[in-house]
Amino acid sequence: MGETAPSNSVQVDIRDVHKVYERGSERVDVLQGVDVEIRDGEFVALMGPSGSGKSTLLNLIGGLDRPTRGTVRVAGEDLGSLGDAALTRWRAENIGFVFQLVNLLPVLTAERNIELPLLLTNLGKGERKEHVAAALNLVGLSGRARHYPRQLSGGEEQRIGIARAIVTDPTLLLCDEPTGDLDRKSGDEILDLLHALNTEHGKTILMVTHDPHAAARAQRTLHLDKGVLSTEPTP
Amino acid sequence: MKYLHLIWRNLMRKKLRTTMTILSIVVAFVLFALLSAIRLAFSMGVDIVGADRLIVIHKVSIIQLLPISYLEQLRRTDGVVDATHATWFGGIYQDPKNFFPQFPVEAEEYLRLYPEIVVPEEQKQAWLADRTGALVGRKTAERFGWKLGDRIPIQAPVWRNKTTGSAWEFTLRAIYEGREKGFDETNMFFHYNYFDEGRIFGEGLVGWYILRIDDPQRAAEIAERIDAGFANSRFETKTTTEKAFLQAFADQVGNIGAMLTAILTAVFFTILLVAGNTMAQSVRERISELAVLKTLGFSNRLVLALVLAESVVLAGVGGALGLALGGLLVEALGSSGQIANLLSVFYFQPKDVFIGSVLAVTLGLVCGAIPAFRAMRLRIADGLRRT
Repeated sequence: MGETAPSNSVQVDIRDVHKVYERGSERVDVLQGVDVEIRDGEFVALMGPSGSGKSTLLNLIGGLDRPTRGTVRVAGEDLGSLGDAALTRWRAENIGFVFQLVNLLPVLTAERNIELPLLLTNLGKGERKEHVAAALNLVGLSGRARHYPRQLSGGEEQRIGIARAIVTDPTLLLCDEPTGDLDRKSGDEILDLLHALNTEHGKTILMVTHDPHAAARAQRTLHLDKGVLSTEPTP
Repeated sequence: MKYLHLIWRNLMRKKLRTTMTILSIVVAFVLFALLSAIRLAFSMGVDIVGADRLIVIHKVSIIQLLPISYLEQLRRTDGVVDATHATWFGGIYQDPKNFFPQFPVEAEEYLRLYPEIVVPEEQKQAWLADRTGALVGRKTAERFGWKLGDRIPIQAPVWRNKTTGSAWEFTLRAIYEGREKGFDETNMFFHYNYFDEGRIFGEGLVGWYILRIDDPQRAAEIAERIDAGFANSRFETKTTTEKAFLQAFADQVGNIGAMLTAILTAVFFTILLVAGNTMAQSVRERISELAVLKTLGFSNRLVLALVLAESVVLAGVGGALGLALGGLLVEALGSSGQIANLLSVFYFQPKDVFIGSVLAVTLGLVCGAIPAFRAMRLRIADGLRRT
């Protein structure tokens, strides 16, 4: 499979997004007029200090939360126009999430964990198995299908997490510090895998990270500080 | 069905806790089965009596007798299609603890009024032909090991015999079974003529009348007319449906149904707390996992359904095991001598199995309701922060 260059079509388009949390009488402006554009097939890193609003921005793009003001358009859909149920369905079909702490269900084997998003589709048992096998193969862990999370290393767990994120073939992968809990070697393997998913399979990736080494693997890096996107270098 | 594996694996997350909870539910349902059988025993077959039968007793009480001459008048009453009588004999077989009911009856009439009594034709004819013959229920015959042709000596403290004093003797000529499960198979019936001619006092008097009416809807009207017809006589009557009659008889023991319901309510309330706590704890422990499921696209309703399903499976497994074990225990106790001696009807009826099943599902839904709503309302961002 050859490398895929970013196309001109826009995958993520965020305009003047504000997010305010109110805790009692206290008002916290987490995001203050953020504008972001991510094109199809891009691999973008999002950096910033703790509390800068990175995860909040990721949640808004993934449809896990709604902005106080502004528009979030992802994969051509204005998320503000979707009701809760429609947003949940949209998320299942379009977004793959990779978490820092992986969050595999400890009671399920690797293959059952990967199968979870497929349970929401109309695929039959046989088809689900095929998709799971393909995802496992892609992350190089076909031999670990029947292992429980506790029987896997940190790096393997994260690979299974990535397999779960891509098993429904979403166009956008949202990764929240995917290497944050791993040693350098395992972290590099995960970054290699994300890079391959981006270049060989055309996945658009937005990765939140604290690690400049990880951010360096992305095509461009966005910096968020106190809810304001400070720079957006061009690729 | 595709979520069954997920539901089961979540239940098996803490095997010991789940097992303990299931065991507590099992115990509750075993108790439910036992108490249902006891309630049935004390209802004395109220649930299965014929709707078209009336009972006529003395207005004062059932121990006051009525004249046999009433029979023809009752038969002529509009709406009455058949009639017979019976009397409480109250005899003792060898020892007072060997209690079973005996009744002198008009044999053919009685069998006509009670088609529930099933007697092999040959034995029936043998009974009808023998003046001292007795028809005995299967349970009583088995209890004392009686066979056809056996002599049955009965001591009668009340109805003394003109020639033999308190001793009466009968010959077992027929053994009956109930047409349906739950019909009392402990009674002994013998010929009224033998009884009436032999007794020292009370000649021409009977305990109560049993009537078959043409339309159960007319029961109240016919009963009223009968009682009005005998009003201001020496033997005033009180006519009720057989169901009401038996219920009043059963109520003499006390309101067993209410007592058992109170016990079961206490037991199930406790189980509700135990199982509810298990579910609440189980959900609390995996808030972040539920948030992950929602992130993956599991809707709020689906998460609600999954938690409720877990709770229903928990209660369902416990309930099914409890009902099965309870049923076996009731069966074993029912066929053991001691219970059979005490209670004429003792079994776990299908209706109660159904009620138990509904109870198990309801228990599951109620136990899971609060944790399931909590899981449904969980905000993803909050749940993920718990990681």
